[in-house]
Amino acid sequence: MYFLKLVFKNIFRAKLRTALTMIGLVIAIVAFGLLQTVVDAWYAGSNGASASRMVTRNAISLVFSMPIYYRERIKTVDGVKAVSISNWFGGIYKEPQNFFAQFAVDHENFFDLYPEFLIPPEQLLAFKRDRQGAMVGRKLADQYGWKIGDTIPIRGTIYPGTWQFTVRGIYDGKDDTTVVRQFYFHYDYLNEEMKRKSPRRADQVGIFIVDASDASRTADISRGVDAEFKNSLAETLTETEKAFQLGFVAQSESIVVAIRIVSFVVIIIIMAVVANTMAMTARERLSEYATLKALGFSPAFVAALIFGEALMMCSIGVGIGILLTFPIAAGFANSPAGVAFAAFKVSQTTILLQLGCALVVGVVASLVPSVRSANVKIVDGLRHIG
Amino acid sequence: MSATAGKTEKPLVEILHLVKSYTRGDQDVPVLQDISLNVARGDFIALMGPSGSGKSTLLNLIAGIDKPTGGTLLIDGEDITQLSEGELADWRASNIGFIFQFYNLMPVLNAFENVELPLLLTNLSKAERRERVELTLSLVGLSDRMEHYPNELSGGQQQRVAIARAIVTDPTILVCDEPTGDLDKQSATDVLAMLKKLNSEMGKTIIMVTHDAHAAEAAKRMVHLEKGELIDGDS
Repeated sequence: MYFLKLVFKNIFRAKLRTALTMIGLVIAIVAFGLLQTVVDAWYAGSNGASASRMVTRNAISLVFSMPIYYRERIKTVDGVKAVSISNWFGGIYKEPQNFFAQFAVDHENFFDLYPEFLIPPEQLLAFKRDRQGAMVGRKLADQYGWKIGDTIPIRGTIYPGTWQFTVRGIYDGKDDTTVVRQFYFHYDYLNEEMKRKSPRRADQVGIFIVDASDASRTADISRGVDAEFKNSLAETLTETEKAFQLGFVAQSESIVVAIRIVSFVVIIIIMAVVANTMAMTARERLSEYATLKALGFSPAFVAALIFGEALMMCSIGVGIGILLTFPIAAGFANSPAGVAFAAFKVSQTTILLQLGCALVVGVVASLVPSVRSANVKIVDGLRHIG
Repeated sequence: MSATAGKTEKPLVEILHLVKSYTRGDQDVPVLQDISLNVARGDFIALMGPSGSGKSTLLNLIAGIDKPTGGTLLIDGEDITQLSEGELADWRASNIGFIFQFYNLMPVLNAFENVELPLLLTNLSKAERRERVELTLSLVGLSDRMEHYPNELSGGQQQRVAIARAIVTDPTILVCDEPTGDLDKQSATDVLAMLKKLNSEMGKTIIMVTHDAHAAEAAKRMVHLEKGELIDGDS
């Protein structure tokens, strides 16, 4: 108790220096937490992927489509329970910066394959009945203030023209990992328009979503599906939904790595700042440490004082930093930059990492000053003027 | 050269052929040369000499915060030159009370907490510690300043807190390094009176380093050092 009181009182002796160091710590911890959350958000889509869902795409590239009749053949592969379709639309709502993903899907069974999308039955029915109906995620609806029955015009970039949709349903996510910022509409609406305006582009599909009857058989099924289209005009590549999502993330892997590196660089910088503070502190108090040793206190006690001070300072700074990370992350999630992420929430792992950083910063920053002070000769320390 | 107390009782401090030198580069710089000195229990010695004469070094050796290069240093029959760092720390905690020129109080602790500090190394309970600290602070006339921090006290009051800290564990020897060096005349007189009282009424053995002849007069005996050698002893 006495020890803790001494440590606590020592922290606030040089108030300005402690305050500046703590501000630095808080900023570093918040920055670290946000950068880690960005990395988590990057992988959020793949984390929410189903184990039994698979994606079949053109083996050359996702950019190339496949004929819609593949669907019937995929259905025949052993272990396939259901097949649906999804096609990237890539339209613009009012302004280009209003980015969100739009997919033309098989309105009949697409949502059967996605039980994590929670849709009121009457809204799903209304969506299925309206060829121009749209099913939108809750976050997206909230962002633009859409309500059931609203007409949404979207200007096509891949598929020319302005397409009119009517919001027939708003889906919620089962949990935080479910993406609730997407826009789904009838593939038939797109395909029929294509048949009329650009027949060569009709009856083409971006990806097939394959539901496996048994999650443990996905490897066999993917081989079976791809074998079905071997040497065909459009060979396929079938993989689990998670692998498919991670493939997307891999395209921006270098950015993720850079973010990770920056987050740890921030910690290294603050470690240097705290180490400097502790070195100055220990140097100034050398005569006090020598006095303590003269009175009979052990070198370990002196070292513990400095360790304790660094750890307590880091703990206070990190505590404030963690508390601030939540509102700042929430603010970022609702900002134009943040809404691009499916889920932007501070994870438990991030908090543990922040706490771990506090421990590492505290220990490393006080290591040299504490060893030096503990080993100072009493007579030299008593001569020292802080 | 040597100076002895000349009493029949076994001396509390027995110094025999003590040598201390520092190494500077390749050279050995002698600080104390062949010092032999006895200090009786209950004595009050003033170690005097010009700057660089080695008086503070001798005091540090007696206090066990420095180690001699050669010779024997027995305190109450125990050769402290043979103790390890850890053993020496324990020995200091129970045998030595320090009074420094600049008081060396912990600025973040109040008078009570500063005096309590050495008692944390004992097995006393919190209540026992409180009782003893309050008694000691009343002895130095600071009962009404217990909650005051060093920066709220005058130099004389700070030195009295330091004296209380030095005697609270009831040590065998009080070592004082220029205890009046940073005080005004009145405070210095008060502190010296207090040291004399501790010596005469409580039987504390005191070894005091001082430049000040007036301060040295408070001691029972003066010992002069010059260029690391003991030049006389005065009873």
